[in-house]
Amino acid sequence: MTAPLVVFFVLAALAVIGAVSLILQKHPIHSALSLIVVMIALAGLYLLLGAEFVAAVQIIVYGGAIMVLFVFVIMLLNAGVEEHTSISKMAGAPGLLLVVALAGFVAATIAKSTESVQAMPQTGEIASTLGISNMIFKDFVYPFELTSFLILVAVLGATVLAQREKS
Amino acid sequence: MNSFLNANTELLITVVKIALLLFIVLTVNAYLTWFERKVVAHIQSRWGPHRVGPHGLLQPLADGVKFLFKEDPTPAGVDKFAYYLAPLLALALALTSIALIPFGPDPIRLFGHDIYLGIAPLDLNIGILALFAITAMSVYGVALAGWSSNSKYPLLGGLRSSAQMISYELALTMSVVGVLLMAGSFNLKKIIEAQAHHPEWGILGWNIWPQILGFFCFFVAAVAETNRVPFDLPEAESELVAGFHTEYASFKFAMFFIAEYTSMITVSCLCSIMFFGGWLSPFPASWRFAHYLPSAILIPFGLWVIWDGFRYETIFGRIILPGAGTAIAGLGAVFVLFPNVNEFIQGPFWLLSKIFVFLFIYVWMRGTLPRFRYDQLMSFGWKLLLPLSIVNVIITSFVILAKMQWWSAK
Repeated sequence: MTAPLVVFFVLAALAVIGAVSLILQKHPIHSALSLIVVMIALAGLYLLLGAEFVAAVQIIVYGGAIMVLFVFVIMLLNAGVEEHTSISKMAGAPGLLLVVALAGFVAATIAKSTESVQAMPQTGEIASTLGISNMIFKDFVYPFELTSFLILVAVLGATVLAQREKS
Repeated sequence: MNSFLNANTELLITVVKIALLLFIVLTVNAYLTWFERKVVAHIQSRWGPHRVGPHGLLQPLADGVKFLFKEDPTPAGVDKFAYYLAPLLALALALTSIALIPFGPDPIRLFGHDIYLGIAPLDLNIGILALFAITAMSVYGVALAGWSSNSKYPLLGGLRSSAQMISYELALTMSVVGVLLMAGSFNLKKIIEAQAHHPEWGILGWNIWPQILGFFCFFVAAVAETNRVPFDLPEAESELVAGFHTEYASFKFAMFFIAEYTSMITVSCLCSIMFFGGWLSPFPASWRFAHYLPSAILIPFGLWVIWDGFRYETIFGRIILPGAGTAIAGLGAVFVLFPNVNEFIQGPFWLLSKIFVFLFIYVWMRGTLPRFRYDQLMSFGWKLLLPLSIVNVIITSFVILAKMQWWSAK
């Protein structure tokens, strides 16, 4: 095994363990911490693919800003340990079915395209800062602006809701 | 054994560099506490530490030993995992950020290998972004410490600091965009080189002149990020006992302190690299005699230490101080005698001097400024710093665009 492959498996295992622990943890803060582990492992995977800029942004935006807000809100509300209830049969049966379907779908996709999964994609050119900014601000400038407009609407909506509650 | 050494030289060099940098940073941290106490003491017309060793110079050592041997109780009802994770996280992230700083432009040639000053490779494309990523993560150290202690004051301190860091991170990131636009790169080395386009301009070519607004925003936001006076609300002792680290004792407390001082050093590095030319000399490149400035400072300083040592009160001081003075003056003499060495230390000398000046400003502010009120802090960050830094970005982009148009028109 080559060094990048070892690093890949370590990071992938970390991401999966983090995701499982996110669900199994009883305390919201511990779940949030697990989610941070997943985010950082993903950033490491991006770095492995040569997408330095995406990796840094992944940590700054997801690992930093968004998860800090999660942790902050959990701390502010002082949320305690969750009660675990047994899974209801209504949710259990379709859930199991969906899990099997998803696992089958992923397995089928991997089996169909063995070559493209094994070969490491050459993302160096596209994933550079220049490539990304060209893509966002030239090729996809209208969808990008629309997305930011959508976020602005959401921010305004949140502000209006918070204001109404105060008065 | 030899083949292993040959195959992994790069790795070994990096490990040695990490150990060396760790040792240097921790020592500097220890003496930074001494420096801070001395300077603040003199601002307030006191002597500061002066009992342990000559001029109190062994005080950091005594403090370190005290931290190591103090009892380390874990309070009842803490969340054990997060309680132990928090100081580790704070310290590890603070030390990692130092590893990304390049300390000099030229490599040392040792045993046939070019060794650069700095752990991260000089051509790291995302230098400044990686630093911001680490800064973004360092909130967790403080927030988790406050929450996991399961106590009122630490929780309030942790909440305050999370809110403060989220608010000021925006201004911090926006304020450097101007510098990045001018350099056209995230790479710290390229940012420095972009300030040396006109070697004859010297200090006038630095980013501080066109980016003075950005520097103001950056420095204020950085001080807030490091939780220092006047933004040290997370540990406001008159309101919150000791803020987020109230429940920490012994070495875990020391880890928070080392983390705080290390991030002070990192911020000073960033200020000098991005706005003050990094390792560039403030004098025009043709002023060759300016290269003797390190010696011109070190030799008189060493001689003064010797003179001061001979009339020191204690016998210990009368032995140690002249010895240290001889070493300092000798270092200065070495720089004069060996032109190669003198050429090499120019870059590190200027960078370290600038870092020292910023550390002094940090301490100076602590001795001078009162603390902000919490609502003032928030409105200052959101209503003044953030708009100012956005205005700075807009002005810089328009000027760069106008320049480009002008060049293409000619």
